[in-house]
Amino acid sequence: MIIAERKPVNEIVNMIRDAERVLVLGCRGCVSVCSAGGQREVEILASLLRLGRLKEGGKKLTTIEATLVRQCDREYIEEMDKWDGEYDAVVSMACGVGVNFIASLRPHARVYPAVDTTFYGASPEQGVWRELCAGCGHCVLHHTGGLCPVARCAKSLMNGPCGGSQNGKCEINKEVPCIWQEIHDKLEDLGRNSELDAIAPIRDWRSAGHGGPRKVVREDLTV
Amino acid sequence: MSFVPDIQVLCCHYTSQQILAESKDELAGDGLPENVTINRFACGGKIRETAILKAFEDGADGVCVVGCDPEKCHNVMGSKRAAKRVEAVRKSLAEMAVEVDRVEMFQLERGFHPEFVKAAADMNERIMGFGPSPFKNGGKK
Repeated sequence: MIIAERKPVNEIVNMIRDAERVLVLGCRGCVSVCSAGGQREVEILASLLRLGRLKEGGKKLTTIEATLVRQCDREYIEEMDKWDGEYDAVVSMACGVGVNFIASLRPHARVYPAVDTTFYGASPEQGVWRELCAGCGHCVLHHTGGLCPVARCAKSLMNGPCGGSQNGKCEINKEVPCIWQEIHDKLEDLGRNSELDAIAPIRDWRSAGHGGPRKVVREDLTV
Repeated sequence: MSFVPDIQVLCCHYTSQQILAESKDELAGDGLPENVTINRFACGGKIRETAILKAFEDGADGVCVVGCDPEKCHNVMGSKRAAKRVEAVRKSLAEMAVEVDRVEMFQLERGFHPEFVKAAADMNERIMGFGPSPFKNGGKK
């Protein structure tokens, strides 16, 4: 899922300093699961924003609190129609996708981000999330025992490990496992380490966004 | 005019049961300041961030959250969860440049103990030092 973290309250208070009516809008997708932008976080942020306004002074802040099923599908964004004319600004607690999508679909809406979108990750234990995928557009996991060298190697090496790997740890931080060590260990356990003898070619990073914004069109699904 | 803070105590039912068996006059006799209001919740685990923030929105100058000894919570994790939520609120207060000690978690033994009254009295004294909540009067003290 997409992992996000709420921005500091004072930053969000400042974004909406000239708004009197704010729609605080959560998303029931990834940000609900990682407790950054679901209904509970919407209620907390709305209260904090009202308190922030009380502290800063000025006109009273009124909030509408709501959570859409997702902020990355048009039909759910259209549900915002029911609040037309009732808000001066939207504070979206979705990932950056949701903020962008609202901004694109509702050209006259002022929309602000309440969270920093951080990475694609999983939760190995409650309250902890780890980056596991970089969304690079050209998956090589079938070569690496299912462990991603793009997201999980600090250098995104395709033929690791590098010389900085010490005792299975990355040179950037002794707490960070060297994923290439884990890739070698795993394939050895599977009796498939000879697969690593093949040298991965120089990578074309255009699929990772280096060729500009990416787009997927599925002709079988378009109408 | 001297400042009398509005102190709100958000308290676990189990921790406060015997405290709340006393009348207001008896509590005052025990030393509980009269400007302290006790709000009882089913468990510390039911005290959400929004309840603490609402107390400030409603005019509290300081908030005491009181739960049981974390290892003796009737609902196992309630007091620990309350403590985490208090920390989250303190972090948000810091982000808004508000004194984080306007809210504090107290984990106390159940039953009537002087520590309960002391927690509220200490908070009262602390808030007297801080002055009114910055969420009142546009942050002007």
